[in-house]
Order: sequence, then structure tokens, then C-alpha cells
Amino acid sequence: MSSTIINVLMVGVGGQGTLLASEILSEALKQAGFDVKKSEIHGMSQRGGSVVSHVRFGKEVQSPIIPEGEADILLGFELLESYRYLPLLKKGGKVVVNDLKINPSIVSTGREPYPAGLVDKIRESFPDCVVLDGVELANSAGSPKAANTVLIGALSKQLDIDEKFWLAAIEKMAPSKALEINKKAFYLGRNGA
Amino acid sequence: MKEILSGNEAIARGAFEAGVKVASAYPGTPSTEILENIIQYKDIDASWAPNEKVALEVGIGASFGGGRALVTMKHVGVNVAADPLFTLSYTGVNGGLVLVSADDPEMHSSQNEQDNRNYAKFAKVPMLESADSQECKDFTKLAFAISEQFDTPVMLRTTTRTSHGKSIVTLEEPVAGLPVPKLTRNAAKFVMLPSNARVRHPFIEERTLKLQQYANTLTINRMELRDRSIGVITSGIPYQYVREVLPEASVLKLGMVYPLPDKLIREFAGKVEKLYIVEELDPFIEEQVKAMGVEVIGKEIIPICGELTPGILRKAFKLPEPARSRVDILPGRPPNMCPGCPHRGIFYTLNQLKAYVMGDIGCYTLGFLPPLSAMDTCVCMGAGIGNAIGITKVLSTEEQKKVVAVIGDSTFLHSGITGLLDMVYNNVPATVIILDNRITAMTGRQENPASGFTLVGDETFKVDLPQLVRSLGVKNVRIVDPLNIDETKQVLQEEMERPEPSVVITRRPCVLIKREGVYENGAGVKVDIELCAGCKACLKLGCPAIIWQADGKKGKAFIDPQLCTGCNVCEQVCKLNAIEAKK
Repeated sequence: MSSTIINVLMVGVGGQGTLLASEILSEALKQAGFDVKKSEIHGMSQRGGSVVSHVRFGKEVQSPIIPEGEADILLGFELLESYRYLPLLKKGGKVVVNDLKINPSIVSTGREPYPAGLVDKIRESFPDCVVLDGVELANSAGSPKAANTVLIGALSKQLDIDEKFWLAAIEKMAPSKALEINKKAFYLGRNGA
Repeated sequence: MKEILSGNEAIARGAFEAGVKVASAYPGTPSTEILENIIQYKDIDASWAPNEKVALEVGIGASFGGGRALVTMKHVGVNVAADPLFTLSYTGVNGGLVLVSADDPEMHSSQNEQDNRNYAKFAKVPMLESADSQECKDFTKLAFAISEQFDTPVMLRTTTRTSHGKSIVTLEEPVAGLPVPKLTRNAAKFVMLPSNARVRHPFIEERTLKLQQYANTLTINRMELRDRSIGVITSGIPYQYVREVLPEASVLKLGMVYPLPDKLIREFAGKVEKLYIVEELDPFIEEQVKAMGVEVIGKEIIPICGELTPGILRKAFKLPEPARSRVDILPGRPPNMCPGCPHRGIFYTLNQLKAYVMGDIGCYTLGFLPPLSAMDTCVCMGAGIGNAIGITKVLSTEEQKKVVAVIGDSTFLHSGITGLLDMVYNNVPATVIILDNRITAMTGRQENPASGFTLVGDETFKVDLPQLVRSLGVKNVRIVDPLNIDETKQVLQEEMERPEPSVVITRRPCVLIKREGVYENGAGVKVDIELCAGCKACLKLGCPAIIWQADGKKGKAFIDPQLCTGCNVCEQVCKLNAIEAKK
């Protein structure tokens, strides 16, 4: 049964727009006619905390959380968090990762180093991992805040969903004054991935 | 029309479709967004109450007047509201009343993981439990119908996964033709003095029996017969995990978890070879089914502690697990007080003073984490003050001086006032620090009676905390700016020394409130690397904006301009004047 369900895991750091990105994905999937379920945990002062959002879609979805080892795609907004959640990905799954380091407090206070060589480590298990500079691409779209839409654009290359549903979802979910920037960011991610 | 809604959004929608007149709550994760979403339905009078007991009492009043009322809270909130709840069970309702208990298995943002299904049985009220957003909406409406049909409050239980998970919901129009609220005198039903209450107790026992009969016919309790070799009784979110992991198993999916449909359970048990119960937390269904004499396997294989996952079920049923990649041990990324948080200065000072801090529930509970490490206890909302009173009573005069209670503005109004009243009444020489950041910050910045705004954003009377505290009898009331480290330290030292009750109010808005100008120096601060000697004094603040840059044996501090808010606390703790305001 689970073979008919696609599982997308989005991971990042509080404040990066990971949850909004997962809402855009869910909306695009709904408009494309899929059953979709989404789950994440929020509520503590999560600024700077680890954030993970599960999105599952298919003809009919049961559990809103992705069973361990069954994620098809991991969309990572930050390197350390991307690496942390690799065990949820299935063997041969796809990784799309933002080339960005955000220090956890234990690192910024000098008590532990930020782990080195994370991109290489991810590539060891997932050789065709897509790495992109989301912040740089978002800057060229007009705002560093649109990095999450860049990543959605990169994700869109991995999923067989018509472009019009992605755009409709962005139009519905993105702040109206930043709509053009977000559309541009989406295409930069889509073409860059 | 179909929308993707969270469980909380769906409950708000369900309340609207059910014609609810009044909604009241105290914010608490994972329940908070129900009221935040209900305000889009203008016909519903929605408000934040100072605590859950008051919220329920408001709901009871609306119900007695004939209006439908929704009251929402997190699991531990029901402890606060338990007093009126148990007697409401006796009085019953006039307009329907639904109490949402949003439970938090795994304690994602809670101090315990109590299973509030036990409350339904204890208070003798029916409980529905929803498994996704569509059910959140449908069950809310059904709960109001049951409430009026059986003259009872109805509890609707969600868990974090249903509250915050999103799925597709079909929207409908609101019901029409509900009675118009009006004053109804019915003292025999609404006045619970002993002679009236004695009459009501047999009524509720009979009501439970009728509800049990009804549960046997209720379509939300449904048998899904597939392979008969395994049968599973389950409810709520675990139902989804069962369907995921055991797609061929027969399932008895319970939408009403109290009272249980006894006939349906026996019938199901007779149809399957081996019967299991899959439920999160307590063996609530299991104990009742076992008491019926039905043989089941439950907590023998399903853990009691923590949230279930499909993976845990896979292990419990000895199913093969997929191959997974392994990763190295990594630095954790716990939540942290925000850059510029006004609580940072006070906890830094308490750490410096080696105070014994009786804590409370709020963002400031993070003051427990290193490097601030300045919280020694934390039990429940309001407990810090009572705890400080109790510990002071058993300590030597010298040790008493170390004791302080910390409590937020919203928490103080929730359940701190009575504790402080006790402290003054019994003349206990402890120090209470009220961290007034003008908002209920932890749950996502909700308004409260000290913020000056209502749930819907209208300006309202703003409680005067110093005046309130003085009126309780506190003679020594000091107000400090927690960003001024020297002043804060001096005032705290004086008040901790004082052999009388005292209150220190730290006044500075949460950095995330937009409406108040927070810092004059919006430009932030920077480190003069010539002057920085790498002493790491600034790192003791645990500010996310201050980053240690190791460089061989020595290192230097660097301030991330993206994160720095310019609160200037680090400037004050740097003895070498290496941190300065940006021009």
C-alpha cells in the first residue's frame, strides 16, 4: 500500500520558512487532486530549534507521519539538519539540500565544532544528491527570505506535478507583496536543480 | 469545497458549522490555534480567559443561557478546569457544551503526558477522539448534538498529531434553526447544593448507561473487517498508524472512547482470531475491555510512554523494517531564547547571584538550559510562587535569602495571584520576580489581560501589575529593566536580602511583538576584535547572535548582524569594552 504514497520530508531550522514551504507543497498536491497529509511539531519557542515537516501524498494517505526509512525525498534547508534526518530516508531516496550552515547554540558558544564535510557524507549514501545555494539564488530573485521558494522550485523538478499547480499554490500561500519575488525564486530553483 | 486544514482549524470550522455562540480558552500548545482561527467566524464571541477554569466557567454560563459553547485547552489545562468540569457533569447543559482537550503524547511542549481519556471516565462525561482533520470537524458537530441529546458536556480529545497535522476537509454550511439564548431558571438543575446534586448523581449514572447503548449504534464506532486472523481495536491517531502498518488487519475504529460500545467490542472480538488494542499512553480501552472478560493483547507489546509511530508498531508486531542509513552523533539543536529576549538578562543575573530559582511554565523555562542554568524547579503554571513559600518555610534564614520565584505576566494572572496572596498573608520573606514581557509568549504571542488587547485585537483595559501586586499587600514592589544588568543585579540583591515578601517586576516587551518599540539601538552591536581577548564572558549569555570563532588556541567572539537586535546586554557583560554599538 505504501508504494502508492510519496513521502517528502522537509527539514531546517526555526525561522527559515520550512513550514510555509511544506504548506505550499501540500496546497499544490491538493490542487493536483491527491489526498495529502502533513505533520509537524510546533509550539515551543522554536526559533533556532530543529524543524521537521512530513508531507505525504497519494490516492489515499493514512498516517500523517512518514514511517522511519520510507521518505522518498528529503528537502533540506540547512546542512546539519539534512544530515541528521537521513535515517528517515529510504535507500535510493532523493536528497535536495540547501548549501547553508546555521550554528546550533552548542557550536556558536564554542563547546562543539560544526561537523565537517557534511555534503560529502550525504553523497556517500546518496550520490546523486542535489546541492544548491538557496540564499544566493533567492538574493538574485530579490530577497534572501525567498530561499524556501527556491527550494520548492528545486523540489518541483523531482515530483511529477504540473507547473500550474505549483504556481497556484505559491499565489495562494506567499505574501502578496512578495509574490513576484517568490515566483522568480521558484523558477531559479526549478531551473537550478 | 475542500480545504487543507489542521485539526485545530477544522475544530474551529466545526464550531462555526455547529452554530457555536461563545468560545473561550487559555492558550496552550497544541490547542492554541483553535481560538486563533475561530475569530474569522464573526458570529462567535471568542475570547482568551485568564485561565482554563475561568474559560470553562464562561462556557458553562453561555450553555446555561441556551447558547452552544466551545471551550478549548491543552491536557494540563483540564487539571485547572477540573473543579467546574466535575460539577458540570452533574448539572448537564442547556445549549451544547464541548470541551476540547488537546493532549501531548511525547511532551513535545509540555511538562507531562497525562492521558485525558481518564478525565472523561473520572468526570463521567462522554469523550470523542478524532483521527484526522475531517474527523476533527465532523466530531465537533456531533459532540454538540450529543451534548444536547444527553444533557451532558462532551469532551473532544485531540493529540498533537491531530491538532497540528493537516489533511483535506470538506466544508459545509452552518446549521440553522438553533434556539435563541434566553434566561432560563432551573435551580434544581443548575444549583448544585447537596439536595439537588444527590438527585443528579443517579441521573448521570443512568446517562452513562444510555450513552453506552448509543455508542453501540454510533457510526463513528465502526468495524472494518478484512483479514480475520488479526483484529485491532484502536482510536485517534493510532488508527492511522495501524492502517499504515497492518493494512490487511481487521479494525474496530472507535470514534467515541468513553463510554465504550460493549456489544460492538464483543461482536468484533468474536469475529477475529487474535485481538489487539493499539492506543497511545495509558491502557484506557484495554483495562475496560479486559474487565469485560475479553482476551486482548495491548500494553504487553505497545509502549505506555511516549508517542506511537508506524515504526514502533512495526517493531511491536515483529514486521520487517526497511534498511536505513546511519549517521554520526551530531550536536543537538534545542530551542533557545531569542536574540534580544528580555529574559536573558534576568537569568544571567540570577545565575551570577547563585539564586535558587523556583520556576514556572513559559519561554523563561528555557532559563534552565546552559549556559544560563538558572532554574531549579518547574512544576506547573503558578507553582513557582507556592513552591518558594514552602521551601522558605523549611530553610535556615541564610538559605532563605537565595530563594526566588520567577513567573511570567500571563502566568501570574493565570494562577500566580493566589500564590502571592498566600505569601503576603503568611508573611513569607521570599522574592517573586514577575517577568512582564507584555504577552503570552511561549504559545506564540497571545494577548492577555496585561497586554491591553483582546483575542480579536480590540484595545481593552490593561491590568496595572504593580498596583495589583500592592493591592494584594506587597509593600516592596520594584520595577526594573532586565536589559540593564547592573540595576537588575542591585535590585535583586536588595530584595533577596530583605526579610519580607517582595516583588520585582522586570518590564520589557517580548522581541517578537511588533507594536511596541523594543530597542533604541536597532543597528545592533559589533565586536572590536582588537579589544576582544577571548575571555568568553559574553558566551555565558547563550545569545544565538554571539558566535565563537575558534582560531588555534585563542578565539574571538563575533556578532551575527542578521541575528543581533541591539539589546546591548552583551555590551554590559564585556569587561574589556570590546562590544560596542554600531554607528
